[in-house]
Amino acid sequence: MNDAVQSDVQRFLDRLSEHRAGRGAEPTWIAARRQAGAARFEALGFPHRRVEAWKYTDVRAIARGDFALATEAEFSPATAARLTLPMEAHRLTFVDGVFAPALSRLDDLPAGAQLVPLSAALAENHEAVGGPLGRLTGVEFSSFAALNTAFMEEGAVLRLAPGTVVEKPIILQFLSRAGEQAVMSHPRILIEAGGRSEATVIEHHVGEEQAANFTNLVEEIILDRGAILTHYKLQEAPLADLHVASIHIEQARDSRYTSFNLNLGGGLVRNDLVAELNGQGAEANFNGLFYGQGRQHVDNHTLVNHNAPRTFSNENYKGILDDRAHGVFNGKVIVKRDSQQIEGFQSNANLLLSDRAEIDTKPELEIYADDVKCSHGSTTGQLDEEAVFALRTRGIDEQTARGLLTLAFAGEVLEQVDLDAIAERVELAVAGKLPERFNLAGLVETAAALNEE
Amino acid sequence: MASQEMEQLVRREYKEGFVTDIESDTVPPGLDESTIAFISNKKGEPEWMLEWRLKAYHQWLKMTPPSWAHLDYPPIDYQAISYYSAPKRDEDKPQSLDEVDPKLLETYEKLGIPLHERAALAGVAVDAVFDSVSVTTTFKEKLHEAGVIFCSISEAIRDYPELIKQYLGSVVPQGDNYFAALNSAVFTDGSFVFVPEGVTCPMELSTYFRINAENTGQFERTLIICESRAQVSYLEGCTAPMRDENQLHAAVVELVALEDAYIKYSTVQNWYPGDEDGKGGIYNFVTKRGDCRGDRSRISWTQVETGSAITWKYPSCVLRGKDSIGEFYSVAVTNGRQQADTGTKMIHIGEGTRSSIISKGISAGRSNQSYRGLVKVGPRAKGARNFTQCDSLLIGDQCGAHTFPYQEIGNSTATVEHEATTSKIGEDQLFYCQSRGISEEDAVSMIVNGFCKDVFQELPMEFAVEAEALLNVTLEGAVG
Repeated sequence: MNDAVQSDVQRFLDRLSEHRAGRGAEPTWIAARRQAGAARFEALGFPHRRVEAWKYTDVRAIARGDFALATEAEFSPATAARLTLPMEAHRLTFVDGVFAPALSRLDDLPAGAQLVPLSAALAENHEAVGGPLGRLTGVEFSSFAALNTAFMEEGAVLRLAPGTVVEKPIILQFLSRAGEQAVMSHPRILIEAGGRSEATVIEHHVGEEQAANFTNLVEEIILDRGAILTHYKLQEAPLADLHVASIHIEQARDSRYTSFNLNLGGGLVRNDLVAELNGQGAEANFNGLFYGQGRQHVDNHTLVNHNAPRTFSNENYKGILDDRAHGVFNGKVIVKRDSQQIEGFQSNANLLLSDRAEIDTKPELEIYADDVKCSHGSTTGQLDEEAVFALRTRGIDEQTARGLLTLAFAGEVLEQVDLDAIAERVELAVAGKLPERFNLAGLVETAAALNEE
Repeated sequence: MASQEMEQLVRREYKEGFVTDIESDTVPPGLDESTIAFISNKKGEPEWMLEWRLKAYHQWLKMTPPSWAHLDYPPIDYQAISYYSAPKRDEDKPQSLDEVDPKLLETYEKLGIPLHERAALAGVAVDAVFDSVSVTTTFKEKLHEAGVIFCSISEAIRDYPELIKQYLGSVVPQGDNYFAALNSAVFTDGSFVFVPEGVTCPMELSTYFRINAENTGQFERTLIICESRAQVSYLEGCTAPMRDENQLHAAVVELVALEDAYIKYSTVQNWYPGDEDGKGGIYNFVTKRGDCRGDRSRISWTQVETGSAITWKYPSCVLRGKDSIGEFYSVAVTNGRQQADTGTKMIHIGEGTRSSIISKGISAGRSNQSYRGLVKVGPRAKGARNFTQCDSLLIGDQCGAHTFPYQEIGNSTATVEHEATTSKIGEDQLFYCQSRGISEEDAVSMIVNGFCKDVFQELPMEFAVEAEALLNVTLEGAVG
């Protein structure tokens, strides 16, 4: 490690020791775990582009930043109301990583469902949380996972007793504040879904327009037999926000995990999504949509490990990139030896709207069993000229036709979304973000007006 | 198929495994500046060539072997390899077949390549490389009439220094990668082809490489240049005798296509893959790259890879010229404990460049195979087009098939498509054939050949026949 890199790492470690000094007495196991995270982070440093997994993503914007830690969760109620998803839901809100009780709503959860901030869970019953915490995403996973472990203290814990069905979606809201000093947060999400339980979790990242903070998230999701979880990750963070997330999912027999990774915001976003299909009949569905403009950088790395026979995975990621945006997609499917009768499908399609936009995509297959049906496809290109022509013959001008077709391209992911509120919100956001030449403004207004009626 | 029969077929010995007893003029193992000076001197090379080699050597010293490939092999001791070996009588080269060492002819007989017959019947000029020195070159006169230069690279360095200075290392620079640097320092022979402006080479050119002397790495260097509107089809085929120790092979092939030129490069590779424990096979680390320098030029790579214990090979095209075309057709078959990490790179730089990649991988036994490819579209490559299809067929539950396609696209007018599938031979397909009285083995062979058809039809006629036979031989007994 050279000096500059060393000093970057040291800056984060200094913040850590400052923060540690202000903390009260705690059980030794958590102190030890944080210590292990810090040691691992110190050893690894920040990843550089010569590391295969970070070949296309430069994290110097994070490494060179000086981020403080937020200590309170004050947030303008008016702004919060404007940013919050307008839907009936159970809600847990964090402001710059600090739990905000005033913006949370936990009163009407069904029996069998437990949703608490990590700090509270640790205070109440730390052994039960301590067991699974860090089991899936260990400090070895990446330097960001290690850094998160070093700082871990807040986040969300969701526990579903066997058979519990939560009707209303659960929103985990992460608000980013604009301020003099950029801050960082290292939230952890832990979801343990018991046998045949069912829930929808919406992770919503949003904030004040001028904010430029760093979020380093670790999520561990454990699905027991037959559990069903739908997980939305709606990324609408301000354009200067930096975001790294490591998400691990462990699935037992017949469980089903469906992810919607909808990425509209954030200046630098990196998601690592790893599913371990450990029981027969387990199924993982990864859906993704990313829209990049300006100088946004969106990197999605997904990995599905088929560890058991008769497991299924299905992945569909779509990207639209404009201006100088940079998109990265790396999807990997690994079929272990003796994991027979596997089906794994993967598809990634990208649309470049500008000559300065760039997409780097790598759909990988690693297969060690023979009775499998695996395929992947990846395309990058333009709109179908014949489709444009077909619309024009119906009296739609060329620009609007292109706009509509771009929306339809995104629509292929959005039509899988069960929650209409989310699908519409994202569709409108995409329509609103499209370059002016596509001339959809009128259409968006009409749609919005129709919605309000 | 009865498992006994299967055993038998799987255990069948390598058909081409034998050693010809010819006294070799070999330097002691080890690599330093004096080895390189020895090679250069032995080849009667001018001073500038030695300097060129030493420059490569010094770059090589600073490099580390690549570790990113999906391959598993013990580290190679580069000081244990002998870097030069030549048939004894290289001073007075045979001028015709009659003068050729009868033992050498015998070798070709055993290989089923009767040099004179093949040359006469197929109209192919054969620049046969026996170990490191080209022994005989036929049809030279006919080529001479057309103005085509086809000779060993050593002769070219002596006779056409200007061309060599201009083109050698211009596609694959000395420090390109670890194995290319090693090759640049110690290459001992290979072919040189120069097709002048407007000439279509009157026959398919072909070189049969053969590794012989024990413990000798083979470091060929091939350079093919096609001037404006010139065309050439070049065939490369390989077989090797059975060995106990791993043999290193690090070749470099450079192709240069100027305006409207067309180079077709076909390879059938059937080197010794090692015994059933994977011992003794050839290590094949090859750098092949074509440069479409001129507008509308076209380079086409076709390869059938059935041999070698380890294959590390990525024939690539740099599409610089406007509307230039790059093609890659590949069938790779691995059985036993073979490992192959192969694929291609298509670098789109010029406007309107097109490339297509068809890769078919078949893994059987306990082998592992990876497709690793890169499609890069630069910001100036307006309207660039790529289509990639890579399919893998798995035979048996102990093998592996992997795909690592990289796509880096920086142009909104580019269209890039990639498709990959992995599956085994369908039970229903087998049943269908068997219900019509076709034996299981024949059915498998039919299905596999059908699977590879897209690539085989790109091969020149005589190669296509050889390739199909080779495929059947390699896979026989792998299916049950």
